[in-house]
Order: sequence, then structure tokens, then C-alpha cells
Amino acid sequence: RVLELTGCAASMVASSRSYADFTPEATFDIKKVDLHRLEEGPPLTATLTREEGLKYYRTMQTIRRMELKADQLYKQKIIRGFCHLYDGQEACAVGIEGGITLSDHLITAYRAHGYTLTRGGTVREIMAELTGRRGGIAKGKGGSMHMYTKNFYGGNGIVGAQVPLGAGVALACKYLGNDQLCVSLYGDGAANQGQIFETYNMSSLWKLPIIFICENNQYGMGTSVERSSASTEYYKRGDYIPGLRVDGMDVLCVREATKFAADHCRSGKGPILMELQTYRYHGHSMSDPGVSYRTREEIQEVRSKSDPISMLKDRMLSNNMASIEELKEIDIAVRKEIEDAAQFATTDPEPPLDDLCSHIFANDQPFEVRAATPWTKLTSTS
Amino acid sequence: LNENHFLSCLVEFSKTSPAAVQVNVRDALNQAMDEELERDEKVFLLGEEVAQYDGAYKVSRGLWKKYGDKRIIDTPITEMGFAGIAVGAAFAGLRPICEFMTWNFSMQAIDQVINSAAKTYYMSAGAQPVPIVFRGPNGSSAGVAAQHSQCFAAWYGHCPGLKVVSPWNSEDARGLLKAAIRDNNPVVFLENELMYGVPFDLSEEVMHKDFVLPIGKAKVERQGTHITLVSHSRCVGFCLDAAAVLAKEGVECEVVNLRTIRPLDVETIEASVMKTGHLVTVEGGWPQYGVGAEICARIMEGPAFNYLDAPAVRVTGVDIPMPYAKILEDHSVPQIKDIIFTVKKVLNM
Repeated sequence: RVLELTGCAASMVASSRSYADFTPEATFDIKKVDLHRLEEGPPLTATLTREEGLKYYRTMQTIRRMELKADQLYKQKIIRGFCHLYDGQEACAVGIEGGITLSDHLITAYRAHGYTLTRGGTVREIMAELTGRRGGIAKGKGGSMHMYTKNFYGGNGIVGAQVPLGAGVALACKYLGNDQLCVSLYGDGAANQGQIFETYNMSSLWKLPIIFICENNQYGMGTSVERSSASTEYYKRGDYIPGLRVDGMDVLCVREATKFAADHCRSGKGPILMELQTYRYHGHSMSDPGVSYRTREEIQEVRSKSDPISMLKDRMLSNNMASIEELKEIDIAVRKEIEDAAQFATTDPEPPLDDLCSHIFANDQPFEVRAATPWTKLTSTS
Repeated sequence: LNENHFLSCLVEFSKTSPAAVQVNVRDALNQAMDEELERDEKVFLLGEEVAQYDGAYKVSRGLWKKYGDKRIIDTPITEMGFAGIAVGAAFAGLRPICEFMTWNFSMQAIDQVINSAAKTYYMSAGAQPVPIVFRGPNGSSAGVAAQHSQCFAAWYGHCPGLKVVSPWNSEDARGLLKAAIRDNNPVVFLENELMYGVPFDLSEEVMHKDFVLPIGKAKVERQGTHITLVSHSRCVGFCLDAAAVLAKEGVECEVVNLRTIRPLDVETIEASVMKTGHLVTVEGGWPQYGVGAEICARIMEGPAFNYLDAPAVRVTGVDIPMPYAKILEDHSVPQIKDIIFTVKKVLNM
């Protein structure tokens, strides 16, 4: 597969080691999870196959490079408006997806590019959405915060609103009896929103199959958790809802906790809450350098000691699950994929003006839309 | 029967004299919901007291007994949360009816109505439809004072992505609620508490289980030649009462029942104004930036302006928070005498 991706003759030599040379599967110790109202938690070890490892590595690397490319394009003013980057938090999106399936549902807030990818979007259509082109995943109508795929409900701009929406999706799962669940994500900043507590209440009353996940990256915009929250034990904030506090920088920890949470939901026990302790390297958004409320040393320390991609890479290399060359080839392939996507995103045309008024209503006849002046006639189609 | 065929039959049937049954607005709404719950399993109702209490205003009476906990859901008093849950359920393919006990309480949840429901189909470029109905009593009631008396037609009518409906009588209530529930888009359904108990004759055709009214189409309730009165909800009745009084003085009013606030059926209003040359709008809501203001602006900008023999004028609620004392409350809302007075002013009588 690596050969197909790169077609590079040199790599044929490096990859002449057959799969039989690599360890097909290894078991790793993972950090113990803090529990709230739970007698038992996820296992203390996780088994990773070579195939899974390569998949997680590639996906995390893709998210990383895609976000860094978005940073570049934003600074060149090719991306405009809001752009909230996910680099540093890759293990969350990838680990969560490892614990559920694409038939399950997921909703998050505005730091959503990574999830759009793990939920089935392509880099090409994500980047073209950021640059506002017709090939974007929302045809240029949504932008950074409003990307959707099957069973992925965005991308939501209003802090906290996505949490009751996710519970509604979970209600539909229970109503339809399809054994699916909904993962509903929010940050440490959103965790204090009243509507989240309203949602905890209704989800518990009605035993909805929802996994609440708080991605605690230590800062709500520029406000550290100590300055925003009387209690920073976000995994306990659901009170009567069982909770787990998980190392969000370790993709295996996230995966095992998600599997555990999914089992809990699917067994009809109702909601469960996971706090993922993670970190974002970028500031809140592209208009935030991210250093007025935290130190560069702190950022550097996380990068050197806890980077999710490095952690997985070290595990795989030290257990002979992959070679350095092989991982380098994946890096090259990812870079190429990102470059191609960026190329597309910068050359694809903007949406046609005919699209201005479309998609107001579903399944309706075309109708006239008021333009900026009374003399211009605009039409909306479904 | 498909709906287009049905509506064309309806035009013919209304010319005969069909068997009529008396149904009040509350029961019309109740029956509409009952029929739609039976027709489509994905339809469900949630809100405060909708189930075991039979509805705060008894609009959902009997539904919980018939359909049970799964489809008629009592919520805690958490509008923002349950409105969000309703929208999420619509995202995932169900067809929720989300009741606000009154539309005043919708302000707690307005972000979910506007940002999560109304805008999503557009933001997703058509990937994510939102088939939801938000319903409840709107506007002034009797003696419920300022926090419970606001009309939200203008607020919600302002927003693209929403359909906003305001029925007057039982036929409106029945046909528009069924249409709203069958619509694949977010519909804000503004009822009126004081109309709930008012009975109207409904024909056999209207009582058919597939009877729907088109959203976005106004109805001329009374033909006239001298002046056009445009109104919605309870005020339509006041316009008809005023028209009856004015007819004795030889003034024939044409009364247009908007039925839908958004999209506004400006063509029907224009056709009427082009016939009568005079326009008065009548609403219960506040004047500034209201429904009447929009109608007047549109008439100014369109072909009907050239037919106006006098400026278009609005009759509205008084621009104050609603007082409690009866005498004050009575003087805070448009009365029949205000409509008559305004018609005479506009006609220079």
C-alpha cells in the first residue's frame, strides 16, 4: 500500500522488509482513568495491531498537516473569518472514532476540522470549504465552523448549543431502536453553559444513549480553567452521570475509554461523561497568538513530552511495529495529499452567484428572495 | 389523494353546501396533531405538561393516553435544552413538534430556533434539513401582564430559513398545522390562547385527514371594494366585525387573513390594494419594526403603490409593556372601534 502511495523507487528498497518482519500486534500499558460514580473503568492495557497503528498514525498526521496548512493559508489571507485549529488534540478525534463506528453519530463545536475528517470528509473538501470554494464540503456556504457529513452534525458556532442537539440525536437513536449512540463534544469553556446541565438532566431522565465528551484543553479562549470554573473536575460535573477523566494525548487511552463509554450507552444505562485532558498548540483561533495568557515554555513542554503523534510513533517503533522509513513514507504521502488539497482549495472557483439564495428550504418549489434593492430578482432553490 | 389534486377538488366542493361540524380552534389543533401522529411514526410531541397534564391549555388533551410516553414527552422546565434536543432529533430524521407553553418562553431557547434550526439547511448547503414545528400560544391573552403577552410574529418573521404561520380560525389551525408538520423545514406556529375556545363550522372537506392549507398563501375572508384590511390571528375576527359595522354605512371592506407571516403573500395583498386603493394593516403586536411596517414597505416598493389613494396606515398594539388592570389592558390592544376609526380616516370620511 505504501508503494502505491509513493510510487518511489527508493522506497522499494527501504520497504523490502516484508510484513512478517514486523510485530503484528502489541499490548501497551495505558494510564489509569479517574472514575466518578463508576466501580470499574476501562482496561489498563490496550492492544494495538500494526494496521490500526498505521491508520491512527496516518489520520493524526493528516489532521496535523491539514491544520498547519490552514494556518499558512490563513496568514496568506486565502482563508478568512474564523479558523480554530486542532493541532495537538488529534488523539481525541482519532481515538474517539476508534471506539465507535461510522453508524454512530457525533456532534462538536467549532474546532471541528479534525472531526470532519474522521467522520468521513476528505482533506480536499475540508480545505476548499475553508477557502470558500464550490468544491467545499458545504459548497462554500458554511466555512470553518459549519461542515457536515453523514452522521456528523457539525461544526457549531454557538458555544454549548451543540450539546442539547447531540442529545436530540441520541433521542432519535433510542426512538428508532437502532442501537446507535451520539457523541456530543464540548470544551472546558463551554462546560459551564446552563444548557449543558439541562441536557445532563434530560439525558439521564430519559436514559439517552449519549456520550458527553469534554475536551479540556486548559483554556476557554484566553481564560484558563482555574479562572473560569469553580470546579475544574469536568468529569464530575454531570453529578449523577458517571464520569471518566482520560489522558487525551494518548490515542489508545481515548479509544479504550470510548469503547467503555459506548458499551455503557448501548447497554441502556443512559449517558456517560468523558473528560479528555488535551492541549492545543495554536491559540484559540487564528486571530489569537496564544501567548498572552500562557507561556511559550508551557506549549513547548507539551510538544516535547506529550505530543500524541510522537507518542504513537515511539510506541510503534520501539515495538517493531513499523519502520522509520515506512512512517516517513506516510509523512510524505500525507504532505502530498495536503498539497494537492491546498492546490485544489486555492484554484477551485468560488460558488456561483446563482447559489447565493439556494438551500433556504428543503423540498420546496423555487421562490423569490428579497435582494439588496427591490429591483433585483433573486431565486432560491432547494 | 395527493395534495394538489385534493386542493383542486376543494375549490369545487366549497361551492356546494357541505355538511358542517362545529370545531373550536383547540380541538382543531388537537385533531390535526392526532392525525399526523397516527399518519407518521416519526412525528412526536414534546414540551412542558403536554403529556399527563393534557397540555397547559389542553391542546394536547388525550394524546398521551393514546400514544404513550415514547411519542408524547413531558419535559422539565428547560426550554433551551429541550428546544435543542428537539432540533437534534430533527437532524437525525425524526419530526418533532416542540411546544413552548407560550411563545414568551421561547426567548430562553431562541438561539436553538434561529441558529440551530433556521440556518442549518443553508449552512450545510442542503445536506441537513430540519423538519421541526415549534408551536404554542402567541401574543396577548387576558390579564397575564407584560411578561406573558408579547407577540413574536415580527421577531421570527424577520429570519430567513423559518416559515412563520399565524392561524386565525379552526380551518386555519387545522390545515396549517398539518401542513407545518408535513413540511421538511422549521415552522414557527403562532397560536392564540383567546382563540382556543372559539368554535367555527368546518366542512367535510376540511375534516378530511389529508386536508392541508398551503403555507405562504393568504386568504380573502371577505370581499370588498373600498378598502383593504390585512391582518393575522385574532385580529382577523376584529376586522370582520369592523367590516360588518362599516357595511351599514356603505363602506365595503376587503378583509385579508394573512395566515402566514413568512413567506408573506404580498401578491394577494397587492391584488386587493390595486382593487380598493386603500390599505390598513391590523395586528396585536407592537408597531415598531412590526408586521404592518413590513407590509407597508412592500406596498411602497411594488406595483400597488400607484393605486393607493391614501397612505397605508397600521393599527397595532400600543407601544408599551402589557399592563395588568383590565381597563388598561383593554386600551393596550387594537379594538374594533380603532379599526373603524382608522378606516374612516383613511377614506377621509
